[in-house]
Parts: sequence; structure tokens; C-alpha cells
Amino acid sequence: MRAVTIVGASLAGLYTAQALRTQGYDGEVVVIGDERARPYDRPPLSKEFLAGKIEADVLTLESADDDLDARWLLGSPAVSLNPATREVVLADGTRIGSDAVVIATGARARALPGTRQLAGVHSLRTIEDAAALRSELLPGARLVVIGAGFIGGEVAATAKALGLDVTVVEAMASPLAGPLGTQMGAVVSGLHEANGVALRCGVGVERIVGTGRVEAVQLVDGTLLPADVVVVGIGAIPNVEWLIRSGVALGNGIECDHQGRTGIPGVLAVGDCAAWYDQRLGRTHRVEHWTGAMERPAIAVAALLGGDGSSTDRLAGIPYFWSDQYDVRIQFAGHVIEADSVTVEEGAADSHNLLAVYRRGDVPVGVLGMNQARLFGRWRRQLNAAVPV
Amino acid sequence: MIRVCPLSALPPGEALRVDAEPPIAVFHTDDGEVFAVDDTCTHQDASLADGWLEGCEIECPLHASKFDLRTGAVDAPPAKLPIRTHTVHIEDDHICVELSDAQPNLPPGVTFGSKS
Ligand SMILES: Cc1cc2nc3c(=O)[nH]c(=O)nc-3n(C[C@H](O)[C@H](O)[C@H](O)COP(=O)(O)OP(=O)(O)OC[C@H]3O[C@@H](n4cnc5c(N)ncnc54)[C@H](O)[C@@H]3O)c2cc1C
Ligand code: FES
Repeated sequence: MRAVTIVGASLAGLYTAQALRTQGYDGEVVVIGDERARPYDRPPLSKEFLAGKIEADVLTLESADDDLDARWLLGSPAVSLNPATREVVLADGTRIGSDAVVIATGARARALPGTRQLAGVHSLRTIEDAAALRSELLPGARLVVIGAGFIGGEVAATAKALGLDVTVVEAMASPLAGPLGTQMGAVVSGLHEANGVALRCGVGVERIVGTGRVEAVQLVDGTLLPADVVVVGIGAIPNVEWLIRSGVALGNGIECDHQGRTGIPGVLAVGDCAAWYDQRLGRTHRVEHWTGAMERPAIAVAALLGGDGSSTDRLAGIPYFWSDQYDVRIQFAGHVIEADSVTVEEGAADSHNLLAVYRRGDVPVGVLGMNQARLFGRWRRQLNAAVPV
Repeated sequence: MIRVCPLSALPPGEALRVDAEPPIAVFHTDDGEVFAVDDTCTHQDASLADGWLEGCEIECPLHASKFDLRTGAVDAPPAKLPIRTHTVHIEDDHICVELSDAQPNLPPGVTFGSKS
């Protein structure tokens, strides 16, 4: 193999380039990215960067002694992939041919359907998004956050600490109901309330009110929430539209085997855009968490360089994420969807310091920690070691 | 010099966080060695005393960077900078830590002690 093209110049793309080099590949590496910036870290965008505690310069993911010897083509998106020749075409007309293509185009923030973009309405995915939002988080301003997922919860916590008046609206019965289930989601509700953030669960948004600039958020039950700033945090959509005519199988993300291979030889996918086959679930599953985007490229690169795949049976770890909200670090590993029960094994819900284990029958399938890093880490290890049945 | 605790109070395989500015993590390895390093990961804000100890290596509980406790070197990313190491003496069966006078590699945005 003489040339590998990586499409997407963020966490998963960078770690793919690094894995190629650490695994001994010495051919050409081209990294294509539509953002102009070199790879930067997104998690701080809703945390320390949004809070003004750190600046953009420390978000860079590369390190001074990275010796990737890669060619970076930044600022123009890839618009097509030819499955037979593996040629990638960029919007600016550049054509890149190679022996293998690793797709790492990530995801983008989902927009609220049916709302016009008004001044004061934000989503959060890029450094520009974060800088724009940060400039509007002024003490005393009224912020309405739509969606109590990770980003919504973190923005609410950060804004509250900055002195804003914060209301969170969530269509589901509790915050983080999808990733944690409603029982533990209720604990997160308590966390928002204990910190003086108003929470409206189980009610959808009818429309965003305003001319030119946002004035309020109207809920389906008629409530009008006055707002100076609105953040829409209702999930992310994989950036895969550019592959629609490529023949690469697309579902919720790029369909891959358990090591990132698509159905097209020499084409793999990693990070938030990819839905790898998950042996525990028995189906493909798109993971959109930092650790997956960082760890899985090494597995995909081993599959790529190892060729047939039978020799390389490295398995991805169970999905893991963390989220920092107020003074609580939430950590979760596993799959809520597999569980039929959850029990608090350490600490207590009202102290926001707990370890909870999710089980199917009596088999542990997930673990949640709130400010329980040590115990959580031991459980996560144990879950990873368990052989999927 | 900080007198941490009797050696017997920290069994092999265990770690202890010592409140100092910045905080320190003390590890007793399964091989019976005792090491002290800054407790705060150099990548972001996580306590290494909560991490996973294997041999002379500590794995961060947040993003799994690995540091060599003997040298502080980064054995696995995402951390880029080494963790500062301190000198450990065992005196009358007590763990004593002699603080390094090198600059700590605290993660961006993290400070300890009186900020002026
Ligand atoms: C505000 C925020 C906070 C987060 N906090 C946490 C957290 O606390 N914990 C956690 O586990 N995870 C968190 N995440 C998720 C984590 O950042 C992602 O999982 C991670 O960034 C995924 O990396 P990636 O490289 O797969 O995709 P991305 O980071 O999305 O990068 C994909 C890159 O590809 C580019 N691209 C897209 N289409 C094209 C194209 N056609 N051609 C060329 N380039 C293209 C994109 O512009 C982007 O630069 C957070 C995310 C955000 C936005
Ligand atoms: S905080 Fe230690 S690896 Fe990120």
C-alpha cells in the first residue's frame, strides 16, 4: 500500500494518521478536512472554553513531536468517492487517488426543524459556534436550552455558572433519557434543579419567536419562555451525504463491520460518522463519543494493514462517555438498551455521587458513575473483559 | 517533605491522594515500590489516584492516558506532557514525599491554591 487518504481532519482522522505511522505504514498520507483549522478538541467547547477558562490555542490535538509526514488539504469538503478507483473529489475540484480511504467525517449539530435562523439562536459543534455562543453568555441574560442531552446539559451548567438565568426544555421524560434511561435521567433532573436551573421535561418546542433576533421559545403546551439566547442541542447527524452515490452502505451512519471495514474493499470508516457492528448488540451501532473516535482508528488501521482481517481480531471496547455538568462528572459505559434493571450500588441519588449498575437478568451490561471515577473505572474494565455472548 | 502515612496504611495496588497545592498521588505498586506524582493528569482535569495501576504505570480514569510512575513519561496518549514526579523516602515505616521543585504540568485552565 502506497497511499492512504483520510477524509475528515478531526479527532478520528488525526488518530487514524497516527495509527498508520505507529503501525509502521510509511507510504503517503493525505488528510482532507472541510474546516480550515487543524484538528482540535471539541469536548471543552461546552465546558472550559465556553466558560472562558481556556482559549482556542490549547484545544489543538496534534502534539509538537507528532511526525506524521501527512499532506493536509484543509478548507474544502470531499464531495464524492468513486468506489472502483477510490478517487476522492473535493468541492474545489481537487482529485485524490489512493489505495485506501478512511472516512472520518464525523457529525454535525441537528437543526430544529421548521425554525428560521434568528440572531441569538445557536447550535454547538465547531470552534466558531462556541466562540459565537460564548460572546452572548452575559450575566443576567435569559438562556433557553432546547434539549437536555450532553451538550444541552453542559451548556446549561456552564451558563448558570456564568450568571445567566437558565431554562432547559426536554421533550423526553428526563434529561439524558436515551443514554442513561429515565430512572438515572431523573437523577440528572435533580442535578439541574439543585443548581437553580429550571427544567421543563416531556414537552416539545412549538416555535422560536422573534423577528431578526430571538425573543422567546414557545412550547407545544402554549407556554412562552422569554429568551435572550437560545441553544439548540437536539443531537447530531452523521456527515455522510457526500457518500450517497458511492455505494458505501449508509444507515444511521456508515455501515461497517466490527473493525471499521465498509462493504467496499479499501474503504473504512471511524469516529462519529461510522456505525460499527457491535457484537454485544448483534447489529451495527453508531457511537458518537470522544473515546470511540480516539481508540477505534487503531483497530481500523490494523484491519487495513493486516489485510484479510482473520489475523486481526482486536475488538472495540464498549461505548464510553463522560460529561461534566456543574460539579459532577458523569461517566457511563455499556448499552442502556440491553438492560432491564438498574441499581444504585454505591452512594445516593440525591448527593449526585453514585455508582449504578445496569443489568439484563443478573448480567451487568452497563455502569454509570457520578463523581465515582475510581469505582467506575473498575466496573468499566470488568465489562470490557466480559466476553459477549 | 510531606509525611504521608504509615507504609502499612497503603497496601500494594492502592493509591492515595494527598491534599497539597497542587495535589499529589501516592502509589504502592504490587511489586512493593512507592511512587509519588502530581495527582492531576496533564491532559485535562482528572485525579490519577483514581486511575488504574498496573506495574509501574498509571492509567488516567478519564481518557486512559498512561504515565510511567518512575519517570513521569507519557506511555499512551492523549496526554502530551509528562507528569511531574516527586521523590519518595520511607522513614520509620512512613511514606515521606519530597516535593519536586520543577514546574508542574497542570492541564490548561486548572489552577490550585490562592489565585491572585
Ligand atoms: C460541544 C461538544 C462537547 C462534547 N463533549 C463530549 C464529552 O464530554 N464526552 C464525550 O465522550 N464526547 C463529547 N463530544 C463528542 C466528541 O467531540 C466527538 O465524539 C468527536 O469529536 C468525534 O470525532 P470525529 O473525528 O469522529 O468527528 P468530528 O469531530 O465531528 O470531526 C469530523 C470532521 O470532518 C469534517 N468533515 C465533515 N464532512 C466532511 C467532508 N465531506 N469532507 C471533509 N471533511 C469533512 C468536519 O467538518 C469535522 O472537522 C462532544 C462534542 C461536542 C461538539
Ligand atoms: S484527563 Fe487524563 S487522559 Fe484526559
